[in-house]
Amino acid sequence: MSAAIETPGFIASAVRTDAPPAIVLDKVNKWFGALHVLRDVDLQVAAGERVVVCGPSGSGKSTMIRCINRLETHQEGHILVDGIELSDDVRALGAIRREVGMVFQSFNLFPHLSVLENCTLAPIWVRKMPKKDAEELAMEYLTRVKIPEQAKKYPGQLSGGQQQRVAIARALCMKPKIMLFDEPTSALDPEMIKEVLDTMVMLAGTGMTMIVVTHEMGFARTVADRVVFMDRGEVVEVGTPTQVFNDPKTDRLKLFLSQILRGH
Amino acid sequence: MSDITVNTPIGSEPRSAPITAVGPIAWLRANLFSGWLSTAVTLVIGYVLVRAVMGFVDWAFVNAIWSVPVTNGVAQTQACRELHGSGACWAVVTEKHRFMLFGTYPYEQHWRPALVCILFVALYIVSSLRRFWNWRLIPIWTVTLTAIGVLMWGGIFGLPYVPQERWGGLPITLILATFGLAFAFPLSVLVALGRRSSLPAIKVLCVLYVELIRGVPLISLLFMASVMFPLFLPEGMNIDKLLRAQIAIILFAGAYLAEVVRAGLQALPKGQYEAADAMGLSYWQKTGFIILPQALRLVIPPLVNTFIGFFKDTSLVLIIGIFDLLTAGKTAIVEPSWQGFGVEVYVFVGLIYLVFCFAMSKYSQGLEAELNRHRRR
Ligand SMILES: Nc1ncnc2c1ncn2[C@@H]1O[C@H](COP(=O)(O)OP(=O)(O)O)[C@@H](O)[C@H]1O
Ligand SMILES: [Mg+2]
Repeated sequence: MSAAIETPGFIASAVRTDAPPAIVLDKVNKWFGALHVLRDVDLQVAAGERVVVCGPSGSGKSTMIRCINRLETHQEGHILVDGIELSDDVRALGAIRREVGMVFQSFNLFPHLSVLENCTLAPIWVRKMPKKDAEELAMEYLTRVKIPEQAKKYPGQLSGGQQQRVAIARALCMKPKIMLFDEPTSALDPEMIKEVLDTMVMLAGTGMTMIVVTHEMGFARTVADRVVFMDRGEVVEVGTPTQVFNDPKTDRLKLFLSQILRGH
Repeated sequence: MSDITVNTPIGSEPRSAPITAVGPIAWLRANLFSGWLSTAVTLVIGYVLVRAVMGFVDWAFVNAIWSVPVTNGVAQTQACRELHGSGACWAVVTEKHRFMLFGTYPYEQHWRPALVCILFVALYIVSSLRRFWNWRLIPIWTVTLTAIGVLMWGGIFGLPYVPQERWGGLPITLILATFGLAFAFPLSVLVALGRRSSLPAIKVLCVLYVELIRGVPLISLLFMASVMFPLFLPEGMNIDKLLRAQIAIILFAGAYLAEVVRAGLQALPKGQYEAADAMGLSYWQKTGFIILPQALRLVIPPLVNTFIGFFKDTSLVLIIGIFDLLTAGKTAIVEPSWQGFGVEVYVFVGLIYLVFCFAMSKYSQGLEAELNRHRRR
């Protein structure tokens, strides 16, 4: 959080109100055993919209975005991604996962594959792209995240910030319509946070639909169309960054904001 | 760039440590003679070691007898017996090595099992080269194993037919070990994956298989294969004894290897599965490209340990009368003139096992280092 980005102004919104919503969560409930982790979560994300999700640890942020690409299954309610309802249907699941890229807190790069192979694996095998095209595409995205020279290295040879940028490039190589980020900078040393946030700001500029779980308020103010505050499995407040950060309505949000501000 | 100050005068070369701190003398002093107790222990162990080695050299080389006269087909082992154990009677190996290596295979056809052994070793060498780790291994194995079958059985290409009952010695050991591991390993991977399956039926089946097989000694499995199994087969149908033992070995090795592979699967971080899922890879793509390559690398040492164990465990087939290397060795000294020279025979047989097992062990060390290179910074 110390490396709040300095990009002046707000990245122009790319929300497309004419298109159908990219993601719809409708009264979603989820339990881990007896633990009720998502409670009647309602959320609509428009195509091209950038949503930042924040909230205390354990409030269900990860669980919510992991339900969107079905790394977790929900038990009640409906989730529609790009118009397709998530269910046990394997075909629909495959279609959704091709359109939704995910970036994890712990990078989750494949350590036994080179950076380039990490980026080309899914395009070749899932998108059935010829190897040469996939490699060109991968180099293009590696250039965009500013590490083309690392293509032949293995993830273990890169710094944390570089690894996370590779992870972003890897997800982008699938040409997803939606990108999910689960605390992408939380595992990074402070001096590396900025390079990853810059990459994400760059991505926001391309009109990508993004859901980002993060406590980087500078990032939220720069790119977010809306900020969602979650607590104990509930969506407590939703609004523009200014509304949520400057004018909290609930005590829970006030408490949370005072806590993360004290952390600075 | 950094404000850490290092007190190195500009231009000074890094000095090497004084000679007493490095080198063999320093090593000796630090490790063997660091105090009076350590010195005493070193001396005592050194004395015992030297005596043992000298004793062995005397027995194996200085006093050893390498050949004995043979009259009317009977070996005259008088000279050997007069040694009273002070020297090895390698004459038993000189005389009997072909029987030990090839058992009761027709003597004038011994070149065939000999060639089979060479083919096996060549197959191991080719398979161990990473250059061949692709689809080409499949035709290589198919052709080599077919050639081995043709050579052993004969009956075509003008080779006289040799029934399986007459096969013996090293080829049997290599056949049991090679086919055993070649089938048991893929089986074990499937079983290990099955144990983690989300389908309860598959999971239960795999757990049952592993637990049942592991709960039974290999010997009893071999007995079952040789005695009970035929009872279940329809009248007149008979699967040959070697094949039955082979199946028992595959099933047994499969269960053990499956547990080793499972340990590798469990050691992989959950994030690897999730990243593969999130990218939309199918189950088999995920397993083949992401999970198994990493999981198997992690378990190379215990895998090879199990391989080595099974290579030697093939010798247990002697209890159901299959003529492997160890049985052939044992049978070689049944002859009255050679009775009492078991030690020499077992040293010889042991050496053959040692060569194969040591090669496996060395190879796995090299492989492990090479495959895990990506972990190094
Ligand atoms: N696989 C799981 N099994 C059981 N409980 C879990 C699991 N994953 C998360 N939880 C619990 O669910 C709650 C929400 O977790 P999570 O979504 O990770 O929160 P956040 O990302 O907001 O910190 C926490 O109480 C956590 O302990
Ligand atoms: Mg989380």
